[in-house]
Amino acid sequence: MTPKRTPLHDVHVAAGARLTAFAGWTMPLHYGSQIAEHHQVRRAAGMFDVSHMAVFDIAGPGAPALLARVFAGDPAKARVGRAVYGVLLNPNAGVIDDVIVYGQRDGYRIVANAANGARVQGWLGGHGAGADVRLRDDLAMLAVQGPEARDAFAAAASVDVSGLVPFATAWHGAWMIARTGYTGEDGVEVLLPGNEAPALWRRLAAAGVAPAGLAARDTLRLEAGLNLHGQDMDEASTPLEANLGWTVAWEPAARDFIGRAALAKQRAAGPANVLRGVVLDGKGVLRHGQTVATDRGAGVITSGTFSPTLGYSVGLARVPRGATGECAVALRGRQAPARIIKPPFVRRGKRTFT
Amino acid sequence: MSDTPSELSYARTHEWALCEDDVVTVGISDFAQDALGDVVFVELPEPEQEVRAGEEAAVVESVKAAADVYAPVTGTVVEVNTALTESPELVNAAPYNEGWFFRVRVTSDVELDDLLDAEAYREHCEAEGDA
Repeated sequence: MTPKRTPLHDVHVAAGARLTAFAGWTMPLHYGSQIAEHHQVRRAAGMFDVSHMAVFDIAGPGAPALLARVFAGDPAKARVGRAVYGVLLNPNAGVIDDVIVYGQRDGYRIVANAANGARVQGWLGGHGAGADVRLRDDLAMLAVQGPEARDAFAAAASVDVSGLVPFATAWHGAWMIARTGYTGEDGVEVLLPGNEAPALWRRLAAAGVAPAGLAARDTLRLEAGLNLHGQDMDEASTPLEANLGWTVAWEPAARDFIGRAALAKQRAAGPANVLRGVVLDGKGVLRHGQTVATDRGAGVITSGTFSPTLGYSVGLARVPRGATGECAVALRGRQAPARIIKPPFVRRGKRTFT
Repeated sequence: MSDTPSELSYARTHEWALCEDDVVTVGISDFAQDALGDVVFVELPEPEQEVRAGEEAAVVESVKAAADVYAPVTGTVVEVNTALTESPELVNAAPYNEGWFFRVRVTSDVELDDLLDAEAYREHCEAEGDA
Protein backbone atom coordinates (compact mmCIF):
# COMPACT_ATOMS: atom_id res chain seq x y z
CA MET A 1 0.00 0.00 0.00
CA THR A 2 1.33 3.44 -0.90
CA PRO A 3 1.97 5.51 2.22
CA LYS A 4 -0.49 8.36 2.70
CA ARG A 5 0.66 11.96 2.50
CA THR A 6 -0.55 14.79 4.70
CA PRO A 7 -1.75 18.10 3.22
CA LEU A 8 1.65 19.52 4.28
CA HIS A 9 3.74 16.98 2.36
CA ASP A 10 4.97 19.43 -0.29
CA VAL A 11 5.82 21.99 2.38
CA HIS A 12 8.00 19.40 4.17
CA VAL A 13 9.79 18.42 0.96
CA ALA A 14 10.47 22.07 0.16
CA ALA A 15 11.89 22.53 3.68
CA GLY A 16 14.35 19.67 3.09
CA ALA A 17 12.73 17.25 5.51
CA ARG A 18 14.09 13.73 5.92
CA LEU A 19 10.93 11.70 5.39
CA THR A 20 10.12 8.35 6.96
CA ALA A 21 7.38 5.76 6.76
CA PHE A 22 5.28 5.79 9.93
CA ALA A 23 2.01 3.95 10.55
CA GLY A 24 1.07 3.96 6.87
CA TRP A 25 2.06 7.59 6.35
CA THR A 26 5.02 9.45 4.92
CA MET A 27 6.03 11.82 7.71
CA PRO A 28 8.91 14.22 8.40
CA LEU A 29 11.51 12.57 10.69
CA HIS A 30 13.60 15.73 11.01
CA TYR A 31 14.56 18.82 9.02
CA GLY A 32 18.33 18.54 9.61
CA SER A 33 18.93 18.01 13.33
CA GLN A 34 16.46 16.42 15.69
CA ILE A 35 18.40 17.79 18.68
CA ALA A 36 18.19 21.37 17.38
CA GLU A 37 14.43 20.88 16.85
CA HIS A 38 14.09 19.50 20.38
CA HIS A 39 15.82 22.55 21.90
CA GLN A 40 13.74 24.87 19.73
CA VAL A 41 10.56 23.45 21.31
CA ARG A 42 11.93 23.55 24.87
CA ARG A 43 13.32 27.08 24.53
CA ALA A 44 11.06 28.90 22.03
CA ALA A 45 8.45 27.33 19.74
CA GLY A 46 8.29 24.51 17.22
CA MET A 47 5.54 23.05 15.07
CA PHE A 48 4.72 19.47 14.19
CA ASP A 49 2.56 18.13 11.40
CA VAL A 50 0.53 15.49 13.22
CA SER A 51 -2.11 15.09 10.52
CA HIS A 52 -1.50 11.34 10.63
CA MET A 53 -3.36 11.14 13.93
CA ALA A 54 -6.74 9.39 13.61
CA VAL A 55 -9.59 11.83 14.30
CA PHE A 56 -13.17 10.66 14.91
CA ASP A 57 -16.30 12.70 15.43
CA ILE A 58 -18.99 10.95 17.42
CA ALA A 59 -22.49 12.38 17.17
CA GLY A 60 -26.08 11.25 17.56
CA PRO A 61 -28.27 10.41 20.56
CA GLY A 62 -26.14 7.37 21.43
CA ALA A 63 -22.87 9.33 21.68
CA PRO A 64 -22.82 9.83 25.49
CA ALA A 65 -23.60 6.15 26.11
CA LEU A 66 -20.86 5.09 23.68
CA LEU A 67 -18.26 7.24 25.41
CA ALA A 68 -19.36 6.05 28.87
CA ARG A 69 -18.97 2.47 27.70
CA VAL A 70 -15.60 2.61 25.89
CA PHE A 71 -13.70 5.34 27.76
CA ALA A 72 -12.02 4.50 31.07
CA GLY A 73 -11.52 8.22 31.76
CA ASP A 74 -14.20 10.55 33.06
CA PRO A 75 -16.82 11.27 30.37
CA ALA A 76 -18.19 14.13 32.51
CA LYS A 77 -14.92 16.01 31.99
CA ALA A 78 -15.47 15.96 28.22
CA ARG A 79 -18.03 18.71 28.43
CA VAL A 80 -18.34 21.25 25.65
CA GLY A 81 -15.08 23.16 25.24
CA ARG A 82 -13.01 20.79 27.39
CA ALA A 83 -10.65 17.95 26.62
CA VAL A 84 -9.75 14.90 28.68
CA TYR A 85 -6.92 12.38 28.29
CA GLY A 86 -7.61 8.70 28.92
CA VAL A 87 -7.59 5.18 27.58
CA LEU A 88 -9.85 2.75 25.72
CA LEU A 89 -9.66 -0.74 27.24
CA ASN A 90 -10.44 -4.22 26.01
CA PRO A 91 -12.38 -6.59 28.31
CA ASN A 92 -9.09 -7.73 29.93
CA ALA A 93 -8.32 -4.08 30.75
CA GLY A 94 -5.56 -4.04 28.12
CA VAL A 95 -4.96 -0.63 26.56
CA ILE A 96 -6.41 -0.47 23.02
CA ASP A 97 -5.21 3.12 22.73
CA ASP A 98 -4.67 6.33 24.64
CA VAL A 99 -6.77 9.19 23.33
CA ILE A 100 -7.85 12.75 23.93
CA VAL A 101 -11.60 13.26 23.97
CA TYR A 102 -12.77 16.78 23.10
CA GLY A 103 -16.31 17.70 24.15
CA GLN A 104 -18.36 19.27 21.37
CA ARG A 105 -21.84 20.73 21.08
CA ASP A 106 -23.14 17.75 19.17
CA GLY A 107 -21.02 15.00 20.70
CA TYR A 108 -17.29 14.29 20.97
CA ARG A 109 -14.12 14.39 18.94
CA ILE A 110 -11.62 11.61 19.70
CA VAL A 111 -7.99 11.85 18.60
CA ALA A 112 -6.29 8.46 18.52
CA ASN A 113 -2.84 7.25 17.49
CA ALA A 114 -2.30 6.82 13.74
CA ALA A 115 -1.09 3.25 14.22
CA ASN A 116 -4.33 2.37 16.01
CA GLY A 117 -6.77 4.22 13.77
CA ALA A 118 -8.39 1.17 12.23
CA ARG A 119 -8.56 -0.68 15.56
CA VAL A 120 -10.16 2.31 17.31
CA GLN A 121 -12.59 2.90 14.44
CA GLY A 122 -13.72 -0.72 14.59
CA TRP A 123 -13.99 -0.62 18.37
CA LEU A 124 -16.06 2.58 18.42
CA GLY A 125 -18.25 1.34 15.58
CA GLY A 126 -18.85 -1.97 17.34
CA HIS A 127 -20.10 -0.40 20.57
CA GLY A 128 -21.99 2.59 19.27
CA ALA A 129 -25.68 1.77 18.83
CA GLY A 130 -27.36 5.10 18.09
CA ALA A 131 -24.05 6.90 17.66
CA ASP A 132 -22.59 8.08 14.39
CA VAL A 133 -18.80 7.56 14.24
CA ARG A 134 -17.11 9.48 11.45
CA LEU A 135 -13.42 9.39 10.51
CA ARG A 136 -12.29 12.96 9.79
CA ASP A 137 -9.54 12.27 7.29
CA ASP A 138 -10.34 15.61 5.66
CA LEU A 139 -8.66 17.43 8.55
CA ALA A 140 -5.04 18.37 9.14
CA MET A 141 -3.58 18.65 12.63
CA LEU A 142 -0.76 20.94 13.72
CA ALA A 143 0.88 20.95 17.14
CA VAL A 144 2.52 24.27 18.02
CA GLN A 145 4.57 23.72 21.15
CA GLY A 146 7.01 25.60 23.36
CA PRO A 147 7.10 28.50 25.83
CA GLU A 148 6.51 30.98 23.00
CA ALA A 149 4.02 28.79 21.11
CA ARG A 150 0.76 30.45 22.13
CA ASP A 151 2.02 33.97 21.46
CA ALA A 152 3.44 32.93 18.10
CA PHE A 153 0.24 31.14 17.16
CA ALA A 154 -1.89 34.12 18.18
CA ALA A 155 0.28 36.42 16.04
CA ALA A 156 0.39 34.10 13.04
CA ALA A 157 -3.28 33.11 13.03
CA SER A 158 -4.76 36.36 14.40
CA VAL A 159 -6.64 34.35 17.01
CA ASP A 160 -6.65 35.27 20.70
CA VAL A 161 -5.77 32.16 22.71
CA SER A 162 -4.73 33.98 25.90
CA GLY A 163 -7.87 32.86 27.71
CA LEU A 164 -7.46 29.21 26.77
CA VAL A 165 -6.66 27.26 29.94
CA PRO A 166 -4.92 23.85 29.76
CA PHE A 167 -7.18 21.23 28.18
CA ALA A 168 -9.67 23.84 27.01
CA THR A 169 -10.76 24.08 23.38
CA ALA A 170 -12.08 26.94 21.28
CA TRP A 171 -13.56 27.12 17.83
CA HIS A 172 -12.45 29.68 15.29
CA GLY A 173 -14.55 29.14 12.17
CA ALA A 174 -13.77 25.60 11.03
CA TRP A 175 -10.68 25.39 13.24
CA MET A 176 -10.67 23.61 16.58
CA ILE A 177 -7.90 24.96 18.80
CA ALA A 178 -6.96 23.10 21.99
CA ARG A 179 -4.38 23.79 24.66
CA THR A 180 -3.03 20.25 24.54
CA GLY A 181 0.16 18.60 23.35
CA TYR A 182 2.67 15.77 23.64
CA THR A 183 5.89 17.56 24.55
CA GLY A 184 5.68 18.67 28.20
CA GLU A 185 5.61 22.30 27.05
CA ASP A 186 2.86 24.85 26.73
CA GLY A 187 1.20 25.14 23.35
CA VAL A 188 -1.82 24.43 21.22
CA GLU A 189 -2.99 21.77 18.83
CA VAL A 190 -5.09 22.88 15.88
CA LEU A 191 -7.44 20.74 13.81
CA LEU A 192 -8.39 22.46 10.57
CA PRO A 193 -9.47 21.68 7.01
CA GLY A 194 -6.53 20.11 5.21
CA ASN A 195 -6.44 22.67 2.43
CA GLU A 196 -5.98 25.50 4.97
CA ALA A 197 -3.00 23.88 6.68
CA PRO A 198 -0.17 24.99 4.33
CA ALA A 199 -1.06 28.67 4.68
CA LEU A 200 -1.16 28.44 8.49
CA TRP A 201 2.15 26.53 8.49
CA ARG A 202 3.79 29.29 6.42
CA ARG A 203 2.41 32.05 8.65
CA LEU A 204 3.72 30.22 11.72
CA ALA A 205 7.14 29.84 10.08
CA ALA A 206 7.15 33.57 9.35
CA ALA A 207 6.35 34.18 13.03
CA GLY A 208 9.52 32.29 14.02
CA VAL A 209 8.06 28.86 14.70
CA ALA A 210 10.51 26.22 13.41
CA PRO A 211 9.33 22.91 11.97
CA ALA A 212 10.09 19.82 14.06
CA GLY A 213 9.80 16.16 13.07
CA LEU A 214 8.76 12.87 14.59
CA ALA A 215 12.27 12.26 15.97
CA ALA A 216 12.13 15.38 18.16
CA ARG A 217 8.54 14.58 19.07
CA ASP A 218 9.75 11.26 20.49
CA THR A 219 12.56 12.73 22.64
CA LEU A 220 10.25 15.50 23.88
CA ARG A 221 7.44 13.14 24.88
CA LEU A 222 9.86 10.77 26.57
CA GLU A 223 11.48 13.55 28.62
CA ALA A 224 7.94 14.57 29.58
CA GLY A 225 7.25 11.00 30.76
CA LEU A 226 4.44 10.52 28.25
CA ASN A 227 3.78 6.98 27.06
CA LEU A 228 3.88 5.85 23.45
CA HIS A 229 1.27 3.19 22.68
CA GLY A 230 2.79 0.09 21.11
CA GLN A 231 6.00 0.66 23.02
CA ASP A 232 5.29 1.58 26.67
CA MET A 233 1.86 -0.04 26.69
CA ASP A 234 -0.32 -2.19 24.49
CA GLU A 235 -3.37 -4.44 24.66
CA ALA A 236 -1.46 -6.84 26.93
CA SER A 237 -0.83 -4.18 29.60
CA THR A 238 -3.33 -2.34 31.78
CA PRO A 239 -3.34 1.36 32.71
CA LEU A 240 -2.21 0.37 36.24
CA GLU A 241 0.87 -1.24 34.68
CA ALA A 242 1.43 1.78 32.41
CA ASN A 243 1.50 4.58 35.01
CA LEU A 244 -1.95 5.67 33.81
CA GLY A 245 -4.05 4.70 36.82
CA TRP A 246 -4.68 8.41 37.38
CA THR A 247 -6.65 8.62 34.12
CA VAL A 248 -9.24 6.02 35.20
CA ALA A 249 -12.58 7.33 36.53
CA TRP A 250 -13.80 4.81 39.11
CA GLU A 251 -16.72 7.02 40.13
CA PRO A 252 -19.60 6.64 39.69
CA ALA A 253 -19.24 3.00 40.71
CA ALA A 254 -22.23 2.06 38.56
CA ARG A 255 -20.56 3.08 35.29
CA ASP A 256 -19.73 -0.16 33.53
CA PHE A 257 -16.93 0.80 31.13
CA ILE A 258 -15.32 -2.01 29.16
CA GLY A 259 -12.40 -3.47 31.10
CA ARG A 260 -13.65 -2.22 34.46
CA ALA A 261 -14.15 -5.63 36.09
CA ALA A 262 -10.70 -6.90 35.10
CA LEU A 263 -9.06 -3.64 36.11
CA ALA A 264 -10.84 -3.57 39.50
CA LYS A 265 -9.57 -7.07 40.18
CA GLN A 266 -6.01 -6.08 39.40
CA ARG A 267 -6.36 -2.92 41.43
CA ALA A 268 -7.41 -4.93 44.50
CA ALA A 269 -4.53 -7.40 44.14
CA GLY A 270 -1.98 -4.82 42.99
CA PRO A 271 -0.31 -5.09 39.58
CA ALA A 272 2.82 -7.27 39.41
CA ASN A 273 4.59 -4.73 37.21
CA VAL A 274 4.53 -0.96 36.92
CA LEU A 275 6.05 1.62 34.58
CA ARG A 276 8.85 3.74 36.00
CA GLY A 277 11.51 6.09 34.77
CA VAL A 278 15.15 5.05 34.46
CA VAL A 279 18.08 7.47 34.44
CA LEU A 280 21.42 6.22 33.14
CA ASP A 281 24.62 7.36 34.87
CA GLY A 282 27.42 7.83 32.40
CA LYS A 283 27.70 7.10 28.70
CA GLY A 284 25.39 5.08 26.52
CA VAL A 285 21.76 5.26 25.48
CA LEU A 286 18.86 3.23 26.87
CA ARG A 287 16.93 1.42 24.13
CA HIS A 288 13.62 -0.43 23.89
CA GLY A 289 14.00 -4.07 24.95
CA GLN A 290 17.06 -3.81 27.21
CA THR A 291 16.90 -5.79 30.46
CA VAL A 292 16.86 -3.94 33.79
CA ALA A 293 18.03 -5.67 36.99
CA THR A 294 16.24 -4.15 40.01
CA ASP A 295 16.02 -4.84 43.75
CA ARG A 296 12.68 -6.61 43.07
CA GLY A 297 13.70 -8.62 40.01
CA ALA A 298 14.07 -8.16 36.28
CA GLY A 299 12.35 -5.52 34.18
CA VAL A 300 12.62 -4.19 30.64
CA ILE A 301 13.19 -0.79 29.02
CA THR A 302 10.07 0.08 27.02
CA SER A 303 11.34 3.41 25.60
CA GLY A 304 14.82 4.84 25.82
CA THR A 305 16.61 7.78 24.32
CA PHE A 306 19.28 10.39 24.79
CA SER A 307 17.75 13.38 26.54
CA PRO A 308 18.89 16.54 24.74
CA THR A 309 17.74 18.72 27.65
CA LEU A 310 19.61 16.74 30.32
CA GLY A 311 22.60 15.56 28.29
CA TYR A 312 22.30 11.90 29.28
CA SER A 313 20.03 8.97 28.63
CA VAL A 314 16.60 8.42 30.16
CA GLY A 315 13.96 5.80 29.57
CA LEU A 316 10.74 4.22 30.70
CA ALA A 317 10.84 0.67 32.04
CA ARG A 318 8.35 -1.98 33.05
CA VAL A 319 9.65 -3.16 36.44
CA PRO A 320 8.30 -5.24 39.35
CA ARG A 321 6.06 -3.15 41.60
CA GLY A 322 8.04 -1.65 44.47
CA ALA A 323 11.35 -1.55 42.61
CA THR A 324 13.26 1.58 43.61
CA GLY A 325 16.72 3.08 43.74
CA GLU A 326 19.76 1.65 42.04
CA CYS A 327 19.40 -0.72 39.10
CA ALA A 328 21.56 -2.02 36.25
CA VAL A 329 20.75 -2.05 32.55
CA ALA A 330 22.23 -4.57 30.10
CA LEU A 331 23.82 -2.17 27.65
CA ARG A 332 25.85 -3.53 24.74
CA GLY A 333 27.56 -6.30 26.69
CA ARG A 334 27.97 -4.53 30.04
CA GLN A 335 25.85 -3.86 33.13
CA ALA A 336 25.46 -0.09 33.27
CA PRO A 337 24.55 1.53 36.59
CA ALA A 338 21.23 3.40 36.51
CA ARG A 339 18.49 4.43 38.88
CA ILE A 340 14.72 4.24 39.02
CA ILE A 341 12.71 7.42 39.35
CA LYS A 342 9.10 8.45 39.01
CA PRO A 343 8.59 10.15 35.62
CA PRO A 344 8.52 12.77 34.16
CA PHE A 345 12.14 13.79 33.60
CA VAL A 346 11.55 17.29 32.20
CA ARG A 347 8.57 19.63 32.24
CA ARG A 348 8.47 23.24 31.04
CA GLY A 349 12.17 23.11 30.19
CA LYS A 350 13.29 22.00 33.67
CA ARG A 351 14.42 18.75 35.26
CA THR A 352 11.66 17.37 37.48
CA PHE A 353 13.32 14.56 39.44
CA THR A 354 16.05 14.45 42.07
CA MET B 1 23.87 12.43 -2.45
CA SER B 2 26.42 12.18 0.32
CA ASP B 3 29.98 13.49 0.14
CA THR B 4 32.74 10.96 -0.69
CA PRO B 5 36.19 12.58 -1.07
CA SER B 6 38.20 10.85 -3.76
CA GLU B 7 41.49 10.77 -1.80
CA LEU B 8 40.02 8.38 0.80
CA SER B 9 39.45 4.64 0.87
CA TYR B 10 36.22 3.21 2.23
CA ALA B 11 35.05 0.03 3.94
CA ARG B 12 31.72 -1.56 3.10
CA THR B 13 30.83 -0.97 6.77
CA HIS B 14 31.08 2.82 6.11
CA GLU B 15 34.43 3.71 7.66
CA TRP B 16 36.87 5.86 5.69
CA ALA B 17 40.64 5.51 5.77
CA LEU B 18 43.29 8.05 4.88
CA CYS B 19 46.70 6.45 4.32
CA GLU B 20 49.80 8.58 4.98
CA ASP B 21 52.95 6.43 4.97
CA ASP B 22 52.31 3.71 7.55
CA VAL B 23 49.69 5.68 9.54
CA VAL B 24 46.00 5.36 8.64
CA THR B 25 43.43 7.86 9.94
CA VAL B 26 39.94 6.40 10.40
CA GLY B 27 36.49 7.94 10.62
CA ILE B 28 32.93 7.25 9.48
CA SER B 29 31.58 8.43 6.16
CA ASP B 30 29.13 11.22 5.46
CA PHE B 31 26.64 8.55 4.39
CA ALA B 32 27.04 6.85 7.79
CA GLN B 33 26.68 10.01 9.89
CA ASP B 34 23.64 11.04 7.88
CA ALA B 35 21.99 7.66 8.40
CA LEU B 36 22.74 7.72 12.15
CA GLY B 37 21.49 11.26 12.71
CA ASP B 38 22.61 13.36 15.69
CA VAL B 39 25.61 11.63 17.32
CA VAL B 40 25.60 11.88 21.14
CA PHE B 41 28.36 9.51 22.32
CA VAL B 42 31.56 8.11 20.86
CA GLU B 43 33.60 5.34 22.51
CA LEU B 44 37.17 5.36 21.25
CA PRO B 45 39.87 2.69 21.45
CA GLU B 46 42.78 3.12 23.88
CA PRO B 47 46.12 4.40 22.57
CA GLU B 48 48.53 1.48 22.10
CA GLN B 49 45.56 -0.87 21.57
CA GLU B 50 45.97 -3.47 18.85
CA VAL B 51 43.12 -3.46 16.33
CA ARG B 52 42.42 -5.95 13.57
CA ALA B 53 40.89 -5.23 10.18
CA GLY B 54 37.17 -5.94 10.20
CA GLU B 55 36.93 -6.04 13.99
CA GLU B 56 35.16 -3.61 16.30
CA ALA B 57 37.40 -0.74 17.40
CA ALA B 58 34.98 2.02 18.44
CA VAL B 59 31.30 2.69 19.03
CA VAL B 60 29.24 5.59 17.75
CA GLU B 61 25.86 6.24 19.31
CA SER B 62 23.22 8.63 18.00
CA VAL B 63 19.84 9.51 19.46
CA LYS B 64 18.45 6.90 17.08
CA ALA B 65 20.90 3.99 17.19
CA ALA B 66 24.24 2.59 18.28
CA ALA B 67 26.74 1.32 15.70
CA ASP B 68 30.09 -0.43 15.85
CA VAL B 69 32.99 1.17 14.06
CA TYR B 70 35.28 -1.45 12.55
CA ALA B 71 38.99 -1.00 12.05
CA PRO B 72 39.59 -0.96 8.27
CA VAL B 73 43.22 -2.06 8.83
CA THR B 74 45.28 -4.11 11.29
CA GLY B 75 47.78 -2.32 13.52
CA THR B 76 48.41 -0.31 16.67
CA VAL B 77 46.35 2.72 17.69
CA VAL B 78 48.74 5.67 17.89
CA GLU B 79 46.26 8.52 18.46
CA VAL B 80 42.58 8.99 19.24
CA ASN B 81 40.40 12.06 18.68
CA THR B 82 39.61 12.98 22.29
CA ALA B 83 37.65 16.04 21.07
CA LEU B 84 34.82 13.64 20.22
CA THR B 85 34.30 12.86 23.91
CA GLU B 86 33.22 16.44 24.60
CA SER B 87 31.87 17.25 21.13
CA PRO B 88 30.45 14.11 19.50
CA GLU B 89 28.47 16.35 17.12
CA LEU B 90 31.74 16.88 15.20
CA VAL B 91 31.02 13.49 13.61
CA ASN B 92 27.92 15.02 12.00
CA ALA B 93 29.40 18.43 11.25
CA ALA B 94 32.75 17.34 9.77
CA PRO B 95 32.94 13.56 9.30
CA TYR B 96 36.11 13.78 7.17
CA ASN B 97 37.93 16.43 9.20
CA GLU B 98 37.39 17.27 12.89
CA GLY B 99 35.16 14.21 13.20
CA TRP B 100 37.94 11.61 12.71
CA PHE B 101 38.05 8.75 15.26
CA PHE B 102 41.55 7.26 15.59
CA ARG B 103 44.91 6.69 13.86
CA VAL B 104 46.48 3.28 13.37
CA ARG B 105 50.11 2.40 12.54
CA VAL B 106 49.70 -0.50 10.16
CA THR B 107 51.75 -3.67 10.27
CA SER B 108 51.11 -4.44 6.61
CA ASP B 109 49.32 -2.62 3.80
CA VAL B 110 47.67 -5.78 2.60
CA GLU B 111 44.13 -4.95 3.78
CA LEU B 112 44.02 -1.64 1.93
CA ASP B 113 43.39 -3.66 -1.19
CA ASP B 114 40.10 -4.80 0.33
CA LEU B 115 38.83 -1.23 0.68
CA LEU B 116 36.76 0.59 -1.92
CA ASP B 117 37.69 3.72 -3.80
CA ALA B 118 35.27 6.66 -3.73
CA GLU B 119 33.41 5.66 -6.86
CA ALA B 120 32.94 2.04 -5.79
CA TYR B 121 31.84 3.21 -2.35
CA ARG B 122 29.26 5.58 -3.86
CA GLU B 123 27.81 2.65 -5.79
CA HIS B 124 27.80 0.59 -2.60
CA CYS B 125 25.83 3.34 -0.78
CA GLU B 126 23.36 3.68 -3.63
CA ALA B 127 22.75 -0.05 -3.41
CA GLU B 128 21.99 0.44 0.29
CA GLY B 129 19.37 3.02 -0.59
CA ASP B 130 21.04 6.41 -0.63
CA ALA B 131 18.73 9.11 -1.97
